[in-house]
Amino acid sequence: MDARFIPEPVHLIRFAPELLLTVFATLIMVLDPLTKEGEKHRLGILALVGLLAAAWGAAVAAANPGTAFSDMLLVDGFATFFRYLSILVGVLTLACSFAYLKREQADSGEYYALLLFSIAGQCVMVSANELIMIFIGLEISSIASYVLAGYLRDDKRNNESALKYFLLGSFATAFLLYGIAWIYGITGSTNLAEIQRVLSNRDIAPSVNLIGASAALMFVGFAFKVSAAPFQVWAPDVYQGAPAPVSAFLSAGPKAAAFAIFLRVYITAFEPIADQWQAVLWASALATMIVGNFAALLQSNIKRLLAYSSIAHAGYVLVAVTTHSQIGTAAAMFYLAAYAFMNVGAFAVVTHFARQGERYVNIEDLAGLGQRQPVTAALLSIFLLSFIGVPLTAGFFGKFYIFKAALDANLVWLTVLGLLNSAVAAYYYLRIIVVMYFHEPSESVADLQSPAPGIQAVLWASAAATLILGVFPSWVLDFAGKAALK
Amino acid sequence: MEHLWLIPALPLAGFALNGTVGKRLPQIAVSLIAVAMPVLSFLWVLKTLSSLGSLETAYIERYFTWIESGALNIGVDFMVDRLTAVMLLVVTGIGSLIHLYAVGYMAHEGGYYRFFAYLNLFMFFMLTLVLGANYLLMFVGWEGVGLCSYLLIGFYFVRKSAADAAKKAFIVNRIGDFGYTLALFLMFVQFGSLDFGKVFAAVAPMPVEHSAGLLTAIALLLFVGATGKSAQIPLYVWLPDAMEGPTPVSALIHAATMVTAGVYMVARSAVIYQHAPLAMEVVAIIGLLTAVLAATIGITQYDIKKVFAYSTVSQLGYMFLACGVGAFAAGIYHVVTHAFFKALLFLGAGSVIHALEGEQDLRQMGGLRKKIPITFAVLCCAWVAIAGIPPFAGYFSKDEILLAAHHHHPWMYWVGVVTAAMTAFYVSRAMFLCFFGQYRGHHHPHESPFIMWGPLAVLAALSLFGGWYFKVPNYLAPLFPLAEGGHEMALVAISVAAGVLGIGVAYVLYVVKPGLADSIASALGGFYKLVYNKYLVDELYDAAVVRPIVHGSRSLLWRVVDVGLIDGCVNGTATLARGVGGVLRAFQSGNIRNYAAWVTLGSVAVLVVLGIAVGGAR
Repeated sequence: MDARFIPEPVHLIRFAPELLLTVFATLIMVLDPLTKEGEKHRLGILALVGLLAAAWGAAVAAANPGTAFSDMLLVDGFATFFRYLSILVGVLTLACSFAYLKREQADSGEYYALLLFSIAGQCVMVSANELIMIFIGLEISSIASYVLAGYLRDDKRNNESALKYFLLGSFATAFLLYGIAWIYGITGSTNLAEIQRVLSNRDIAPSVNLIGASAALMFVGFAFKVSAAPFQVWAPDVYQGAPAPVSAFLSAGPKAAAFAIFLRVYITAFEPIADQWQAVLWASALATMIVGNFAALLQSNIKRLLAYSSIAHAGYVLVAVTTHSQIGTAAAMFYLAAYAFMNVGAFAVVTHFARQGERYVNIEDLAGLGQRQPVTAALLSIFLLSFIGVPLTAGFFGKFYIFKAALDANLVWLTVLGLLNSAVAAYYYLRIIVVMYFHEPSESVADLQSPAPGIQAVLWASAAATLILGVFPSWVLDFAGKAALK
Repeated sequence: MEHLWLIPALPLAGFALNGTVGKRLPQIAVSLIAVAMPVLSFLWVLKTLSSLGSLETAYIERYFTWIESGALNIGVDFMVDRLTAVMLLVVTGIGSLIHLYAVGYMAHEGGYYRFFAYLNLFMFFMLTLVLGANYLLMFVGWEGVGLCSYLLIGFYFVRKSAADAAKKAFIVNRIGDFGYTLALFLMFVQFGSLDFGKVFAAVAPMPVEHSAGLLTAIALLLFVGATGKSAQIPLYVWLPDAMEGPTPVSALIHAATMVTAGVYMVARSAVIYQHAPLAMEVVAIIGLLTAVLAATIGITQYDIKKVFAYSTVSQLGYMFLACGVGAFAAGIYHVVTHAFFKALLFLGAGSVIHALEGEQDLRQMGGLRKKIPITFAVLCCAWVAIAGIPPFAGYFSKDEILLAAHHHHPWMYWVGVVTAAMTAFYVSRAMFLCFFGQYRGHHHPHESPFIMWGPLAVLAALSLFGGWYFKVPNYLAPLFPLAEGGHEMALVAISVAAGVLGIGVAYVLYVVKPGLADSIASALGGFYKLVYNKYLVDELYDAAVVRPIVHGSRSLLWRVVDVGLIDGCVNGTATLARGVGGVLRAFQSGNIRNYAAWVTLGSVAVLVVLGIAVGGAR
C-alpha cells in the first residue's frame, strides 16, 4: 500500500476539531440513556466543553497548517477563520438553548449531539480541499440540521419546517452532486487546485459549455444553502417553523460554512472562468437583496422577518463573492462574522420573548418592551441598528467593506442598487424599534420574566461583539485579510 | 512601554463607574471615584514624564490600527513630546484641583453623579485630544470635549437658558469643526496620511508659500476649527453663554483646558503655519481683534461670570496673537499661566456665588472682603496675575507675547498694551465692585468650606509664582527655538505701566468716586449701550444667519422640499416597495411542490445562462 495513504500524526492534528466534536457528540449520545430526566442539561455542559475543546483543536491545527489525508483537507487561515466562526456560533446557540429546552421540557442529549455533529460537518466543509469532502461535510451538517429544525416532534410548525428543509435541501444537494460528477468527468479530478489547473490550461481546453453547466449545477447547490435567489424560497418557512435557537443557528453557522465552500470552490477551482460566472452571481446577488428586503417589509412575524433579513444579508455577502477579489473575500468573511453576532443576538431576544410554545412571535407583541425591559430592548436595538448598518456597529463596517470591494471591482451598479436596498431595509428594522419604544405596552409584555442567564450571556456577548467590531473592525478584518484566498 | 493609555483610561473608568452605578452609590463614593481618577491620572503623568527623561524627541506608543481602508491608515497612537507634556500637566493638574473643588461646590446639587461622570468623561476626551498622534485621533478628543461641554453647559437642562446655551455652543462648534474636517480631507488627499510625523515630514521640505496656496488653505481651515473651539471672532459667541453651566465647568472647560485646545492644535501644527505666512497673519489679526473686542465688552458687564468669560475670550485672543506672530512657545506659556489664574478667578467667583447663594450680579455685591476673607485673598492673587504685575504669572507670558508682537509689527504691540490696560481695568472693576464699598445685596455671605478653598490656595500659589517657576518657553525650546535678542526694558515697562494704570483708573472710578463710572457711561450714551449689548453681534447673527435659515427651513425646506418632495418620494417609494413585497409574498405559497418548481426553474435559468448563453458567446 502506498505510504501516502497512511495518515501521519500531523494529519490527525489538522483534523483535530472534527475529531473532538465527533468524540464528544458520540459520548453525549452514549451518556444520554444513562442520564436521568431533569439532569440532561449536564449533557449540554458537556457539549459546551466539547465546543471549547474543538476551538482549542482548531488553534492547534492552525499552528500546523497544511494539507491532510492525501490533500483532501486543507488547513489554512481561511479554514481556521470559519472553523472558529462555526464553533462560536455553536457556543452562542448552546447558551440560548439551555433556557429554551428547559422551557419546552424537551431537554435531551440528542439535541446537543446533533448540534455538535452539525458543527463537525461545517468544520469539514470549510477545511475541505476537494469536492467529495465538501459534499460529505455538507451532508453531515445538513442532515443534523434537518433533524434540529424538527426537534419538537409534537409541534406542527417544527414538523413542517423540518420536512420542507429536508425535501428541498436534498433536492438542491442533488444538483450539487450532479455538478461534481460533471466536473470530475471533465477534468478527471475532484481536487480544487487540480481543477483550477486543468481549467486554466488552454492546451487541454475543456468545452466551455460543459464547464459552465457544471458550474451552474454546483451554483444551484451552494445558492440553496446560502439562501440566494432564486433558491431562497425555503428559508422563511424553515426559519419560522424551527425552534428559535435552531433558527439562529441555521441562519448563522451552516450559512457561513456554505459561503466558505462557495468562496473556496468559485475562487479557486472556477477562478479561470470567473468572467463567465460573475454575471450570474451579479444577478443573483441583486435578486437576493431585493427579494429579502422587499418581502421583509410586509412581515408581521418576527422570525419570518428575520428569515427574510437573513436572505437580504446573504445578498450583501454575494456582492462580495461577485467581486472575486482578495479584499472581497476578506469583506465577506468579516460580514459573516459580524452577521453571526447580531443575528444570534436578535434570535436570542426572540427566544426569550416568545416564551413557552413560542406564543409571542408577532412584531406587535413587542410593544412596550422598551418600558418593561429597557435593557433587553436596548440590546435588541443594537442588533437591529447593526442590521441596518449604522456606524459604530459591526454592520456598518461589514457593509462598508463589501461595497468598497465592489467599487474596487468596478461593480458600480451593483453597489448603487445594494445601497438603495439597505436603505429599504432600514424601514422594517426601525419599525421594530418603534414598536418597542413608542407603542403602548400590550398584554404580551405584562408577565415577561427577566431573560434566563444563558440568554443574557448571549445578548451581552453579542452586543459587545457587535459594538467592538463596529469600533475596532481591524481586529477581525486583519485576520480575515491575511486568511482570504488569493 | 510607558502605558500612556492609562492617562486617559483612568478618567474613562471613572466615567464608566459613576455613569452606570453612580446613581445607586452614596455621594461620598461618587466623589471618591470622581476625584481619585484625575488625581491618579496626574500621578501617572508625573511618573511617565520622569521616566521619559528629557523628551528631546517625541515618544510614541502605537496600540493598534483603527481604520484601514485603501491608502487610509489610522492608528490609535499616543505621542508625548514637550508640548504634550506641558498640556498633560495642565489638564490633569488643574483638572484634579477643579474636581476636588467641585466636590464642595456641587455638594447640594441634584444629579451629583451625572455631573462627575460628565466631568471625568471630559478629562478622558481632553487627554485623548492632547495625546493623539494623528489629526483624526485628535479630532475624536476634539469632538468628545465638545460633547461634554454641551452636556455640562446644559447640566441644569430644565432651565431654558441653559439648554439654549448648550445648543448654541454645540451648533457654533459644528461650524468650526466643518473647517477642521475639510482641513483633514485636504491633508489626506495631499499627504496620504493624517499622522503628525508623516504630515510634518511632508510639509517641512516644501517651499514657504508667499501667496495663497495649499498649506495656507489647510492652515486657515484648521484655524476655522480653532475659532470655534477656542472662541475667536467670528465664532466666539457661544462662550459667554456657556457660563450657564456650573462654575467648576466654567473653570475647567471654558477657561483652563478645552478652550485652549485650539491654541494647542495651532502650536502642534506649527510646521504647517510656518510655511503659510499669510495664514499666520490672519491668526495674529483675528487673535488681536478678539482680544480687544472681548476686553471692551468685559468692561461693561455686570454678571461676574460674564466678565470673566469675556476675559477668557480676550486672553485666548492673546494666545492666538502669539501663535500668529510665530511665538508659539509664548502662546503655550500663556495657556499655562492663564489656566492658573483664570481657573482661580472662576473658582473664586464660584466661591463668591456660593457664599451669596447663587447671586452673580456685581451690583448686588460689595464689601465682601471682610465677610469672605479667604476668597478675597486668593482672588487677589489671580487679580495681580492677570493684570500683568511683575513677578506674577500673567506678567511673564503676556510680556513674551507683547514683545514678540512688537518684533512682528509694532502696532500690534500697542494694541496689545491698550488691551492689557483694559484687562487690568475690568478685573479690578469686578474686584472693587465685589469686595469693596458697602454690601448691596440681601443674602448672608458665608465662607466656603475647606474642600473649596483648599484647591483655591494651590491655584493662588501657582498664579503668584507659577509663571516665574515654570519657564515654559525654555522647556519648549527644542520644538520652538527661543527668540533672538533680550528683553527691551522700555517695552516691558510700558506694558506693566498699562496694567497699573488700568488698576488705578478702576480704583478711582469704583472706590474713590463710585458715581463717576455711571456718569461716564451715560456720557458715552449710544456707544456704551452698543458695547454693553456686546456690539449686538448676537442680534446680527440672529438676523443675518439664524432667522433666514429658520425661515427658509420652515417655508421652503419643510413645506416644499420635505412635505412635498421628500415625503412624496418616500411615500411613493414605500407604496411601491409594499407592492413589490406583496408580489414577492405571493410566491411564498407555503406549498412545497411550488417551491421545488421554483428551484427547478431557477436551475434551468442558471444553466442556460452559464452553460449556453455565456459559454456559447465565446
